[in-house]
Amino acid sequence: MSHHVLLIEDEQNIAEAIMFILTRDGFRVSHLAEGHGAASLVQQDRPDLIILDHMLPGLSGLEILAALRADPATAAIPVMMLTARGRDRDMAERAGADRFMTKPFANAEILAGVRAMLGL
Amino acid sequence: MPLSALTGTRLRERRLAGGLRQADVAAAAGISASYLNLIEHNRRKVTADLADRLSDVLGLDRAALSGGGEALLLDGLRLAAGRVPAVPAEIDRLEEFVGRFPGWASLVADLDGRVQGLERAVAGLNDRMTHDPHLSQSLHELLSSLSSVRATAAILAETEDLAPEVSIRFHRNLHHDSERLVVGAEALVAYLDAGSGLEDQTILVPQEEVEDWLRVQGWSLADADLIAGADLGLASLASAAARSLARAYLVQAAMDARAVPMAELATALAVLGPDPFALAGRFGCDPLVVLRRLALVPDLAAGLVTCDASGTLTFRKPAAGFPLPRFGAACPLWPLYAALGRPQEAVECVVQMAGPDGRRFRALAWSIAARPFGLRGPETRQAAMLILPEATSPASALPIGSSCRVCPRAACPARREPSILSDDG
Repeated sequence: MSHHVLLIEDEQNIAEAIMFILTRDGFRVSHLAEGHGAASLVQQDRPDLIILDHMLPGLSGLEILAALRADPATAAIPVMMLTARGRDRDMAERAGADRFMTKPFANAEILAGVRAMLGL
Repeated sequence: MPLSALTGTRLRERRLAGGLRQADVAAAAGISASYLNLIEHNRRKVTADLADRLSDVLGLDRAALSGGGEALLLDGLRLAAGRVPAVPAEIDRLEEFVGRFPGWASLVADLDGRVQGLERAVAGLNDRMTHDPHLSQSLHELLSSLSSVRATAAILAETEDLAPEVSIRFHRNLHHDSERLVVGAEALVAYLDAGSGLEDQTILVPQEEVEDWLRVQGWSLADADLIAGADLGLASLASAAARSLARAYLVQAAMDARAVPMAELATALAVLGPDPFALAGRFGCDPLVVLRRLALVPDLAAGLVTCDASGTLTFRKPAAGFPLPRFGAACPLWPLYAALGRPQEAVECVVQMAGPDGRRFRALAWSIAARPFGLRGPETRQAAMLILPEATSPASALPIGSSCRVCPRAACPARREPSILSDDG
């Protein structure tokens, strides 16, 4: 059974590219373009890993991460954060992100990161 | 000019520099050598008459004995010493130092002043880099576009069996992102090109570009040009965002000109004075319109600020002596914000700006509320404050500043953050 990755990214073109490379590699990918709705989606279809953009409309990536970590049911889901600045990375680290990918990232880096986080 | 406490030191320095004996100089000036010795060690004051005689004997300019800027120099050096307590400067010998080495003393004071200025500039730039929303947003946009271009291009380059419809979609995405990159890069270059020096600090965001464009035109646009929809040099604005803001400004200004023609306003001003609330009644329009029109009357030398419901300043026409913040929020005590909280209520107050000048102004403010999203939707607000130089000196004036970050009023109960001008900043 393929691993389920939830991608939360508001930039449509970035999301399309990431979904393509992950799907091509055999992952099942769900996509959300904003932070609202993340909690219910995670409850309904628990992902094996979440790729989370830092700057999102509505709830920010950090707020979503904090909510995930505060809920025992979702606290253990590995989260990769997409960040643009070193300062964001520091904040994400404190909030409990497992791995960071700094924009502009390479497709191979994303893929390698996801595989490593899932122990593949 | 009064003689300085260091007159004796200067006389001694001059005598020694000329290779003259104390006894010879004293004799030529008609005093005893022992008395001159006391004078040279600053133990006796020198009368004006004696100072003239000694100056003649030594070929010294009389003014050089008085030490005009000496008090200022001494104060500057005391401040410099106080700023570096770890270095035990000989404060008790400060006057001697200034008297014996006036050039070095001036240099130390000047360097201390430069250090202070640079420290303030560094603090200001640091503050700006932290809080500049335009720079942060622009860089984020660029990085997002670059991420998308890189990821999409890699897919196109590395996937041999890409389905045609997917290929077309990714090519379209690539084109879209390249356009975004161009726009973002142009905006950033225009933003940075506008000035990068520590001194001029003229890096402009779109709103500042528009304000600068209006400043160049003397903040005075002819009613005929406004109503005719004249271009008024919009193309000279560097960024598309600034041109868009300027177009919106011109549309608003044209409507204002129709409602309150400048010629009729001049006539009404002669009768009613710069009272926006009375003038609004005279013209049958909202006071906001009159506030904006009064700001364009050259003789009033008025400033104008406007803000939205968040308190963000959306327009700034400065008045001399009333500094306006470039970034972040303004002083919370401005009557502008009192009006923002009380729509349709006239707010008028004499205010005194912080700073060495402490100039007084009459601030007249008004705000309106609207519900463009419907009755169940959120409310929007617009507030404006006219800033008129206050000629009279009323007994009391509300002490205000520009913004907390640069305001020296340390004990202000409305302060929200330390000032860079204080020890806590």
